[in-house]
Amino acid sequence: MRCTFLFLIIAATAAAQTPFDRILNADKDPANWLTYSGTLDGQRYSRLTQITPANVKDLELKWVLQSRAPAEPNSKYEATSLVNDGVLYTVQPPNVVVALDAVNGKIFWTYAYNPSPAARLCCGRVNRGLAILGNSLFMGTIDGNLIALDARDGHMIWSTQVGRPEASYSVTVAPLVVKGLVIAGPAGGELGISGFLAAYSAETGKELWRFNTIPKPGEAGHESWENDAWKHGGGSVWTTGSYDPALNLLYWGIGNASPDWNGDVRPGDNLYTSSVIALDPDTGKLKWHFQFTPHDEFDFDATQIPVLADLTWQGKPRKVMLFANRNGFFYVLDRQTGEFLLGKPFVKVTWADGLDAKGRPNRVGHSTPEGSLIYPENQGGTNWYNPAYSPRTGLFYVPSWMDTHSINTSRVETYKEGAPFNGGSATHELPALRPGPTNKRLPELAWGAIQALDPKTGAVKWQFKMMDVTDSGVLVTASDVVFAGGREGYFYALDARTGAPLWKAMVGGAVSAGPTTYAVDGKQYISIPAGNAIFTFGLR
Amino acid sequence: MALKRLQYCLSVLVLAALPAVAQEGHGITPADIQRGLFTYASFCINCHGPDGDQISGVNLASGRFRRAQSDNDLVQIIQKGIPGTAMPPGAYTDEQANFLVVYLRSMAGSAKSKRTGPAGDAGRGKAVVETKGQCLNCHRIGSQGTVAGPDLTAIGSTRRLAEIETALLDPSAEIRPENRPVRAVAKDGTKIAGTLMNQDTYTIQMLDSKGKLRSLYKSNLREYEFLKTSPMPNFKDKLSEQELSDVISYLVTLKGLR
Repeated sequence: MRCTFLFLIIAATAAAQTPFDRILNADKDPANWLTYSGTLDGQRYSRLTQITPANVKDLELKWVLQSRAPAEPNSKYEATSLVNDGVLYTVQPPNVVVALDAVNGKIFWTYAYNPSPAARLCCGRVNRGLAILGNSLFMGTIDGNLIALDARDGHMIWSTQVGRPEASYSVTVAPLVVKGLVIAGPAGGELGISGFLAAYSAETGKELWRFNTIPKPGEAGHESWENDAWKHGGGSVWTTGSYDPALNLLYWGIGNASPDWNGDVRPGDNLYTSSVIALDPDTGKLKWHFQFTPHDEFDFDATQIPVLADLTWQGKPRKVMLFANRNGFFYVLDRQTGEFLLGKPFVKVTWADGLDAKGRPNRVGHSTPEGSLIYPENQGGTNWYNPAYSPRTGLFYVPSWMDTHSINTSRVETYKEGAPFNGGSATHELPALRPGPTNKRLPELAWGAIQALDPKTGAVKWQFKMMDVTDSGVLVTASDVVFAGGREGYFYALDARTGAPLWKAMVGGAVSAGPTTYAVDGKQYISIPAGNAIFTFGLR
Repeated sequence: MALKRLQYCLSVLVLAALPAVAQEGHGITPADIQRGLFTYASFCINCHGPDGDQISGVNLASGRFRRAQSDNDLVQIIQKGIPGTAMPPGAYTDEQANFLVVYLRSMAGSAKSKRTGPAGDAGRGKAVVETKGQCLNCHRIGSQGTVAGPDLTAIGSTRRLAEIETALLDPSAEIRPENRPVRAVAKDGTKIAGTLMNQDTYTIQMLDSKGKLRSLYKSNLREYEFLKTSPMPNFKDKLSEQELSDVISYLVTLKGLR
């Protein structure tokens, strides 16, 4: 009997689990969630339709995964889970990878990365997720490395340094896989890094190209910096980009200029900070860029996922990019050329009184030594948490911070390796990064919403209002259900056409990540990290 | 049977010899020894070697220490070093130092190499591993090989010489929990074999023999069993004495990626 159970020898050339073709065609395989945004267009639109507005009230908790230890004070559970053939992969903060059964939550393996004590982060020891290709998972680490793990047993395959942790380079972004490349870059703009986006070989971890988000002398865009400010000019990579295979263009939002609040020491537009860049993914060469906030003095970044949609624009089909920016304006760009098509505030904005014909803001507010009151607050009208777009409803769903403001104060600061390099600060009513356990603010001093925007006009079609703001990502399904959460600890299902609340679950901790939906054996699940745990629901 | 009794007695002896500072209120588990080994492999092994006897006149595996009478003395030496010698101070937490002591104490009770074969050559051993030995058909080293068997990328840091020898010459003598084979038969007769990843009262998680992660409900199984024999072949008669020495010499050089 026993001899019948001899192990089969696995050929070293066994077929890879997840070739790039599967990622490229992820829209046709909605049972799986193979990239940070579900599909390379960044839409967070799932074709699964089993959970509907009519039956969503029948969702029940299927399993919970608790973190092995409570998150550190400045750590939030920000990772979007990946799901591949019934296995869910998540990252508990800061860098603990867990592979588990997506149906019952039982763990297959864990991998606990041991970050260097030299790691320096401005805004939390966090990670936003993984990328997958073949049999490998890819993760950035808070001490500036990019590592590859075997998805089958969690063993490390390679590790490569993206940037030195002593100089505050960290990698919190979920990498994006394009062809055989793993694309990622460092955070650390609040600590004076000089940023870049780079492509690494998925097989070996070798760096294959690098695009300097702060151009060095001789590179295009360097003229937008004066003095030697470019040396510590910021330009972080915080969130994942998107990819258009037909145009072969890679799009990525780039972080703020450094020092954040003192623009006087860095005269010029400070390219490519607070911009979206379009690159040739084969070479890393710049095809076009659009700067949302030239000479950013408010730490507005451009940390959103560029969402790619094909719209009928003024009667003609057009490939566009939707971008609700932290600076409070919603933008539509032509993603082939970068041409500005539309820009409109989606929250209260006072730092600019409008945009010109090319989308450049008419600046009327600045950070000052005595402090200036600016809407929106430094965390912005939205932030790194992902929006979603439904081709069915034609609506763009944005987690929004409403009626927020900061007093923005600039000061002179000298760069010192490993130390904050903010050049000032922002003070505000609203806890920026660490929500407290209670909320005693008056409603007029900031509130939260999931807003549905019409991309053709920028008009708000509906708002789902919350007393507190939200750090949650949004997901929309082909059955017209929107899933999102908030700091108050609720996880919601909303009607994608009206915003009407359909269902909610109290998950007992702030939702600070994007939901994932997937199916196993024909049954749809919806999963969301909150607090120190991950919760997964399915129909009764 | 006699061998099993001996193994049991050895494990009792190992645990009994463990430091009071680490046992206080908790007891010692194999996982505690592993934690100590992790620190040892990261910071100590380069000077002291995998068997603790690489420095002339110093044998950490002997269970006797010239400058330390108690576990606390050992913790002090680990943290502060020995002035005037090559033993440097180390920034270990009390917990790390205590687990290191746990591991050092465990070394005294575990087997040592008794091998008397010819001297090995790591370069030749690498060739045997990759060709005649067919080790990479089941094991992984770095980015080569596959996942049916244990990852050997850091085997030289995580196994003592004697353990590597045993694994090659008597693979079923000691199967670590993380490498435990499991087989199951579904109610429809489907046979599933692989490595145990996790289990609870109702389910079993495994990496199956095709490299796929599987989660099984026991209620769907006709039977299941945790195997006590290793699927790894015995290399005693498959490789020459020289080849065995070469392979062992190569494997002890594998220290991991970081």
